[in-house]
Amino acid sequence: MTRYLLRRILQAVFVLWAAFTVSFVILYLLPGDAVSAKLGGGEAGLSVTPEQLAAAKAEYGLDDPLPLQYGKRLLAALHGDFGRSIATGDDATNMVVSALPPTLAVTGFALVLAILFGGGIAFAGTLTRHRWLGNLLLALPPLGISLPPFWVGLLLVQFFSFQLRLLPALGSNGFESLMLPAITLAIPTGAIIGQVLAKSLRTQLAEPYAEIALAKGASRSRVHFGHLLRNAAVPTLTIAGVVAGNLIAGSVITETVFSRDGLGRVTSSAVTAQDIPVVQAVIVLAALVFVVINLLVDLVYPVLDPRIRHRETADA
Amino acid sequence: MPDVLVRTRRKPGLILAIAVLAFALLAAVAPGLFTGQDPLAGVPAEKMRGPSLGHLFGTDETGRDIFTRVVHGAALSLQATVIAVVVALVAGSALGLLAGFRGGALDSAIMRCVDVLLAIPSILLSLALVTALGFGTTNVAIAVGVANLAQFARLMRAEVLRVRSGVFVEAARAGGVRWTGVLGRHVLPNALGPVLALATLTFGTAVLEVSALSFLGYGATPPTPEWGSLVAGGRGFLATAWWMTTFPGLTVAAVVLSANRLSRAIEGDVR
Repeated sequence: MTRYLLRRILQAVFVLWAAFTVSFVILYLLPGDAVSAKLGGGEAGLSVTPEQLAAAKAEYGLDDPLPLQYGKRLLAALHGDFGRSIATGDDATNMVVSALPPTLAVTGFALVLAILFGGGIAFAGTLTRHRWLGNLLLALPPLGISLPPFWVGLLLVQFFSFQLRLLPALGSNGFESLMLPAITLAIPTGAIIGQVLAKSLRTQLAEPYAEIALAKGASRSRVHFGHLLRNAAVPTLTIAGVVAGNLIAGSVITETVFSRDGLGRVTSSAVTAQDIPVVQAVIVLAALVFVVINLLVDLVYPVLDPRIRHRETADA
Repeated sequence: MPDVLVRTRRKPGLILAIAVLAFALLAAVAPGLFTGQDPLAGVPAEKMRGPSLGHLFGTDETGRDIFTRVVHGAALSLQATVIAVVVALVAGSALGLLAGFRGGALDSAIMRCVDVLLAIPSILLSLALVTALGFGTTNVAIAVGVANLAQFARLMRAEVLRVRSGVFVEAARAGGVRWTGVLGRHVLPNALGPVLALATLTFGTAVLEVSALSFLGYGATPPTPEWGSLVAGGRGFLATAWWMTTFPGLTVAAVVLSANRLSRAIEGDVR
């Protein structure tokens, strides 16, 4: 068990380091010049003298040779320091971390909705004996994945805020303003969960043990909840990291659509300003979330699947 | 081949999906077939009109016909999508082939990098690439392509490994065929089906991501019609002109849904 854990933790650390490196390569090596954009507004940068530019670059540590920059930045990143925002001069890590709470509120709520509806649809779709109902329900997840989230968000605003006047269209005040963004985020996420769960429920339903349980007289719902769920949960859990990543990426869009504060807003304004340190902090944070969730899932696997538990113990 | 046609005929959903994709591609190549109006010039007297026979999708705040703009937007949106798919397909498959054929340290190095790309959500990855490359439709397309290449690398590597261990490859090698010959004669033809299915699926993803990035304002500059920016353009008129956001978004949804449906059909046929 310890060896199993240790190997997973090492992998996680590696992925984090590599995410930092990949984002460094993308952001610092490719052309694109946030400093001159900030000083002179891009092409209109006539007013900037080369000396001013050089001084500004030195201030942000952009004039060091690249390997040295990489070393310095990696070392700083290990201490949670991604440098200062080029656009605002604030600490990049600080900007990202302080933007987290409102985003977590929406994504957390969206995740609950996604599990309830995605899981519910998968269950009902495979449980029902009416073929048409099953087909109808199981057609919903592929549909949910195909809808552009920015469009769904705007449609919801149009309907619930402007036609029915039920919920606020914009802003981040109170629980009511949480509803529409959470629904928008929950649709693609719930669709992914529903698709994977329905597929593994079907696979499990075709297994001999399910057939035997049914033949012995267990009701379909008893078989579903008592036998299939546990086995179908394992493949569904593998996508937990992907789901979390989807929620983070989706918040870039929902927070723009609903004019909410949070990580997504910080990300999109950093991209607009070509604010490299902030973008890098967001990327590494997303990778961190992915890695931590997958680590937690790896810890749950042996609990759900005794085969993993025994194999790993036998190894150690 | 007629076998495929017979099976397709019994699936109305699939036929509809193929029709939607065909119309979208046709609109991208020859928008004049669908509309005779100008996507950029508006008729001020007819601004903010709802959908009617003359203006199927209504008009916008300067009196431009939305249907015409959606039709002309297909060119830019689908061009970007195709670039993205080609980038993902070519770069991803090349990496996967290299990893699968060479094996050893190079294989592990490439595949670890691919794992990392999968750990970062593709929208965030493409945002990072857009930050570095700058804005504009082509850069958005390249960014979306790079952000989606990981799956192609994985698939291609798996195909190489699968085919490599086949008896027929062993026979070809024993008969003196070089690895490049094996690649062309055995690996690529065998991988064609799954790669095509993934490419179709990626086409849908890429339409979504390209339009999302241009909705956020990193794609085409305003007067040029593009699906994502058309939806963004209607954002300020949600309360008064629902058609301005609804129809462009519906077009994106229909194309993505169709691509996903077609991809599933190809995958089912391959297996």
